[in-house]
Amino acid sequence: MVDSLTYTPKITVEFEIGEKDFFIAGECASRVKKTLQQLGLKQEIIKRIAIIIYEAAMNVAIHATSGKLVVHIDPDGITILTQDVGAGIEDIDLAMKEGYSTATYEIREMGFGAGMGLSNIKQCSDDLYIESKVGVGTNLEARVFFNNRKKTGEDV
Amino acid sequence: MTLKEVQELLEADVLCGDDDCLQREVRICFACDLISEMLLYLKPHSLLITSLTNAHVIHAAQVMDAKSVLFVGGRRPDPSVVASGEQNKIPLLVTPLLTFDCCGRLYENGVRGDKH
Repeated sequence: MVDSLTYTPKITVEFEIGEKDFFIAGECASRVKKTLQQLGLKQEIIKRIAIIIYEAAMNVAIHATSGKLVVHIDPDGITILTQDVGAGIEDIDLAMKEGYSTATYEIREMGFGAGMGLSNIKQCSDDLYIESKVGVGTNLEARVFFNNRKKTGEDV
Repeated sequence: MTLKEVQELLEADVLCGDDDCLQREVRICFACDLISEMLLYLKPHSLLITSLTNAHVIHAAQVMDAKSVLFVGGRRPDPSVVASGEQNKIPLLVTPLLTFDCCGRLYENGVRGDKH
């Protein structure tokens, strides 16, 4: 297992996410996970990245009318970007709070919408940047460094 | 205990998973009905106990490397979900028992949560 990918060329993977396309989230996470396993990354890092991708893609499927998830892998780390057109977030600080959710009953019944998505993403990221405009959409950028031991504890 | 022993203890039916899969050792269990909690707390090689029966459960189990999934309360997932379990080599079981009784019986038999 390696801490950095000095031998790895830059890789970019992109997924289109449609409105209420709930199943794409698991597929995105699963596919990127396989790629990272092939690269020989540590399991804790792969798990953090998979969680970020799953939650970020699910947020787009739940709250946006269209969007995409882009994953850039470089020798130092991985950047996960989502860009969507949709409701946007009125109060980002509030949305980051665990338990706060605007998801519908239908979403909650599927086991989502617990208000843990953004806080899960924050917990698993080394850097996180979110910009949003109500009625326009949201951009999210999460970064995970391969060689950052700060967040690779057992609890994540 | 093995998954086969879990099946007998919890009076469960096997929805998918061959004899080899059922010989897998179960030491850690996690019971939960929220996908975000599964992603955060589900440990590799554990048994997931849930009353959710949609395909997201299989996705979460697959992404988090769970060993197997037990559906409680006699809730049977759609054939497409079972097919997904089969495809991802995640044995799926269904028990008529509810979550509390499942966890109680497993705990009595030495199975623990992750923090033990």
